Amino acid sequence: MDIDHNNHRESDIRIDLLLIANMIPEGARVLDVGCGDGELLDYLRKEKKVDARGIELSPEGVKESVAKGLSVIQGNAEEEIKHFPDDSFDYVILSQTLQAMDRPDKILEELLRVGKRAVVSFPNFGYWRVRLHLMLKGKMPVTKSLDRPWYRTPNIHFCTIRDFVDLCGELNIKIEKGMAVDSSGSKMSIKYMMLANLFGTQGLYVLARN
Amino acid sequence: MDTEKQQIQVDEGFAEVVTLGENDPLLLSSGEFLSPFKVAYKSWGVLNKDKSNAILVCHALTGDQYARGKNPLTGKEGWWPKVIGPGLPIDTNKFFVICTNVLGSCSGSSGPMEINPATNKPYGLDFPVITIADMVSAQVRLIDHFGIDKLYSVIGGSMGGMQVLHWAVDHGERVKTAIPIASTWRHSAQNIAFHEVGRQAIMADPNWQSGRYYEKETRPHAGLSVARMAAHITYMSERSLMSKFGRNLQDREKLTFGFDADFQVESYLRYQGISFVDRFDANSYLYITRATDYYDISARFGGSLTKAFEGTAVRFCIISFTSDWLYTTQENRELVRALNAAGAQVSFVEIDMDKGHDSFLLDCPEMFNIIEGFLAADSEGT
Repeated sequence: MDIDHNNHRESDIRIDLLLIANMIPEGARVLDVGCGDGELLDYLRKEKKVDARGIELSPEGVKESVAKGLSVIQGNAEEEIKHFPDDSFDYVILSQTLQAMDRPDKILEELLRVGKRAVVSFPNFGYWRVRLHLMLKGKMPVTKSLDRPWYRTPNIHFCTIRDFVDLCGELNIKIEKGMAVDSSGSKMSIKYMMLANLFGTQGLYVLARN
Repeated sequence: MDTEKQQIQVDEGFAEVVTLGENDPLLLSSGEFLSPFKVAYKSWGVLNKDKSNAILVCHALTGDQYARGKNPLTGKEGWWPKVIGPGLPIDTNKFFVICTNVLGSCSGSSGPMEINPATNKPYGLDFPVITIADMVSAQVRLIDHFGIDKLYSVIGGSMGGMQVLHWAVDHGERVKTAIPIASTWRHSAQNIAFHEVGRQAIMADPNWQSGRYYEKETRPHAGLSVARMAAHITYMSERSLMSKFGRNLQDREKLTFGFDADFQVESYLRYQGISFVDRFDANSYLYITRATDYYDISARFGGSLTKAFEGTAVRFCIISFTSDWLYTTQENRELVRALNAAGAQVSFVEIDMDKGHDSFLLDCPEMFNIIEGFLAADSEGT
């Protein structure tokens, strides 16, 4: 069963790019945590003239980022972010990486320590097709983009949009902007949480300190 | 310059020894002055009109200026033939590449083996103790001599990387990018300890003669050879020693119950030691190991590595190797974190290679790609 989580890099990164780029002002200092091959940073640097930095775990990703002229360090995001001083950045981006973190709650706090704002996008496990898959098959969904079985996936902490909003509340994090993205890539308001959590394939949030 | 001459410079390079500081003595870290002093270098490629395409390559402890092409002293191929050259990561079609023999060494630059102009005899231990910062000061003078205002990049492995970091910290306004490879930000107690073993081996050799062996028939070859053997172990990983030699015996079927080189690894180390003494001066070994032991880039900044790099405009690309236990990934991470804390532009890659510290001198396509990508991306004016 093919469930579209909208984090399929080839086809869906454009949505992430555009939506995230729209949230970041010209010339901002930006850190992309888990920046992959640097595509988003490269885009932001060219389109928004940002001061771009990245952290990436895979040596291949770092190599490709370096070849784009980006400043990217190889390392574990949860460890490396600790070594940045407070307020080092205007925006810290965590794009489709939250679910791979050892402690998603701690990383959110770290994002907002080193950055004034955080932009976080994540696949929504409350999406109706995921729910249906689990209900009908009784098995964890495996998709094109999330193509590994539950015991081998780096995505160890899935959440729904509602879970994410609850966590932000618990951590006293201010949600400045929030939206869900449906399978066609259109923005959906989260005014009606039940609908957003059912039809959104991913959540996209701008967070700030309270 | 005609195109034929240009092509020769791109392919084969140009070697020279220049005398500097005749009217302007070089102030050393020790407070002493050196004047005049010689810098032996080799260059490849052609310096462009606005002198903006120069890359300085810094050699390691016992390296020399012959990074590419035949070394006239040893007859052997240079030490970085796959990195420097036309179409290679440091592209001599594009860049003017300079490699200098460091101060204190023995391939033509001023050092203990060279003639002291004050006495007309070899310096020996009268040569002042130098530091990595002093090596770099001498390189700065050479760059001045070329009329180069700002280097496009400074790059080097091991002790070469230490020079790279001194360039960035002491002369940051004259460097655009810096690539320290398999290096460190200060010598650790363990690093100093290994070097001390080497120095003691040299000084315990009766032929050393308190450094005044140049006028004698014999040289402290036994001591220097042992120093090299001890150091060479630190350049390799346990795994590479084991996979290369294991417990294999050397040209024999069984143990001899004596102290001959029964094992291949012994024979290999002895060979490393013996072949080294033909190309390196024992006193130079003392001076250069001392320079690396004195090396601590944070020392001038109250021990704060972050302060050392505060406000730097240099772009860094730092490379370490998983199996390097001499200058570890951990130490490189400390450097990277300090650079990040200082707000510097820094990239960092740890290359998975099991050959130990010397990986940077070996065939490592991953390293080649990163150097090439970093230099190329920057030259596009990003």
